[in-house]
Amino acid sequence: MASTEDTIQQRIDQEYKWGFVTDIDADSAPPGLSEDIVAFISKKKEEPAWMLQWRLEAYRHWQKMREPEWPHLHHPPIDYQAACYYSAPKTGEGPKSLDEVDPELLATYEKLGIPLREQEMLAGVAVDAVFDSVSVATTFKGKLEELGIIFCSFGEAVREHPELVKKYMGSVVPRNDNFFAALNSAVFTDGSFVYIPKGVRCPMELSTYFRINAANTGQFERTLIIAEEGAYVSYLEGCTAPMRDENQLHAAVVELVALDDAEIKYSTVQNWYPGNKEGKGGIYNFVTKRGACRGRRSKISWTQVETGSAITWKYPSCILLGDDSVGEFYSVALTNNYQQADTGTKMVHIGKNTKSTIISKGISAGKAQNTYRGLVKVMPKAQNARNYSQCDSMLIGDKCGAHTFPYIEVRNQTGQVEHEATTSKIGEDQLFYCAQRGISEEDAVSMIVNGFCKEVFRELPMEFAVEAQKLLGISLEGSVG
Amino acid sequence: MLKITNLHAGVEDTEILRGINLQINAGEVHAIMGPNGSGKSTLASVLAGRDEYEVTEGSVEFLGDDLLEMEPDERAHAGVFLAFQYPVEIPGVSNSYFLRAGLNATRKARGLEELDAIDFLKLAKEKAKALHMEEKFLQRAVNEGFSGGEKKRNEIFQMAVLDPKLAVLDETDSGLDIDALKVVADGVNALRGPERGFLVITHYQRLLNYIVPDFVHVLHQGRIVRSGGKELALELEDKGYSWIEELAAAR
Repeated sequence: MASTEDTIQQRIDQEYKWGFVTDIDADSAPPGLSEDIVAFISKKKEEPAWMLQWRLEAYRHWQKMREPEWPHLHHPPIDYQAACYYSAPKTGEGPKSLDEVDPELLATYEKLGIPLREQEMLAGVAVDAVFDSVSVATTFKGKLEELGIIFCSFGEAVREHPELVKKYMGSVVPRNDNFFAALNSAVFTDGSFVYIPKGVRCPMELSTYFRINAANTGQFERTLIIAEEGAYVSYLEGCTAPMRDENQLHAAVVELVALDDAEIKYSTVQNWYPGNKEGKGGIYNFVTKRGACRGRRSKISWTQVETGSAITWKYPSCILLGDDSVGEFYSVALTNNYQQADTGTKMVHIGKNTKSTIISKGISAGKAQNTYRGLVKVMPKAQNARNYSQCDSMLIGDKCGAHTFPYIEVRNQTGQVEHEATTSKIGEDQLFYCAQRGISEEDAVSMIVNGFCKEVFRELPMEFAVEAQKLLGISLEGSVG
Repeated sequence: MLKITNLHAGVEDTEILRGINLQINAGEVHAIMGPNGSGKSTLASVLAGRDEYEVTEGSVEFLGDDLLEMEPDERAHAGVFLAFQYPVEIPGVSNSYFLRAGLNATRKARGLEELDAIDFLKLAKEKAKALHMEEKFLQRAVNEGFSGGEKKRNEIFQMAVLDPKLAVLDETDSGLDIDALKVVADGVNALRGPERGFLVITHYQRLLNYIVPDFVHVLHQGRIVRSGGKELALELEDKGYSWIEELAAAR
């Protein structure tokens, strides 16, 4: 295998060299946002003219919009002109080996049982682990191509599949949908594109981890998934390991389109840096996720486990347009220390016999604030629409808060909407009971919280579920006693 | 194995236990009887280490160690088991998961190897069978939606799996019909042995027909006012708790 090793060595040398000769300034946009910056980003990404036009229109919308004030979130005003909107993937600038990485971060990786190679990738170590993943990804991509499945970066899709991008981009989340969606539409860096052709059942879980060029797309990510008639896909986003990012402001857009009899299952584990125990630092995560069940009997299912970010603003929603279509939302949102989350869903029933299910579990510990905000809307033509919502909150300690804002709008008399909500506290009684059976307080809290979230974890793909359970335990460390 | 000396304890400013002296040796079954408010459940809680009770005086020695110095989970690891009067529900956590976590934490603390899921299940099924409990009971969430009788049986089942050195039963008979009482008593009797001590707390003599104690102590206003053999329970049943009032007044 000398030749492979040589190739790798060459690549490493090359990157090392680039680290010296590349003019860094030319690869990053100066702070601030203007039409010039939007054009700069588009040019950097070698985009066609129509894409730039689309971005510019979004930018003009954004300029006229205001940041929403209704969420139950408190943060200092964000200076959008101080933020940086484009920085090219940096090479050779990260730590040279795991020895240079924050030991605390490594300890967490260890607890999550993440393989060494993966740890290096996550910590941004510039070594050949990246090449490994490229080769894995290439094999993987070949298999998908045989089935006619397109799975690539958003940027690649803009260049290679413009007809699909033009047809669907912005069709679920319009550019002027909200402040953050408009911002993303103007400056999005990259993301995933998935297209499943008619009648094809994607044989594996698609995960960003296997996507080439996945690095540094976290800030303004844009994802588009299209499932044609009778297609099925399960998509995994994010990862359980704590992700660091120098950019505090994140605004992602995800659009899903399901045609007749198609099904999309979208699972997220979000663990962006939440800030330190005093509430310093941490990612502001403003996400617009929406799926359109355009076809009859189509189904879109969102499952999310949100444990990271200083601020989470996120409402994965379903537009149930097709008759007999189904929307689901399963969510665990955990906030500790000074974290704040305002999250929930919107289920808009338009077609006949549409059904939706909402299961939301909010957990607050420390001084955190956790809000569920959900809308169930039954439109006049949605005969026999059904919704079941269950929103449970759990409090750990007495300095945190849980809030529930369920909005219900029913404009068709045949609609049936059920809403259940509970708030519980991890009781001294429960902890004492566990202790009396020999279980330490930390393990008991983790166990009780995981039990509380069981209905949501059940919806996650097996591997993800196991990791998510461990993650909750780690996120709650030190939250009692 | 257990030596309680002049134990005073209470909640906030209210003293509930006012000088308890009691010694339990391995292999013995002691019953504590007394009217409501006499301090029976407080004694059980103090032995298990519940936070809200404060010990103001006295000592408790368990197998040569100072029990009062230990955290609740450490007491469990040392072999103290409390069957709760009101077992707590833990939604979403299966009985078997819960119990395995407890058993393995205890084994780990004792330097024993942890049991894997298969070995644990084998053990649990065996114990469940002995208590005439259905296997699917293991997969149900801890005490969630259990009837009163099922909860109490679950306590005895947990005791059987955890195999404690000292078992404290806090009014395990309360709320049980006669059939459930017999099942619970059979479970306890099956665990009696020369290595294990029992402290059975009850309001009624009825339970002691099925779990026959070696010693009976009568608690009144935080003190043991009379001790005797199993016949003391019968005498108490016969004369009623008002007799105790008289005894206490006469002292």
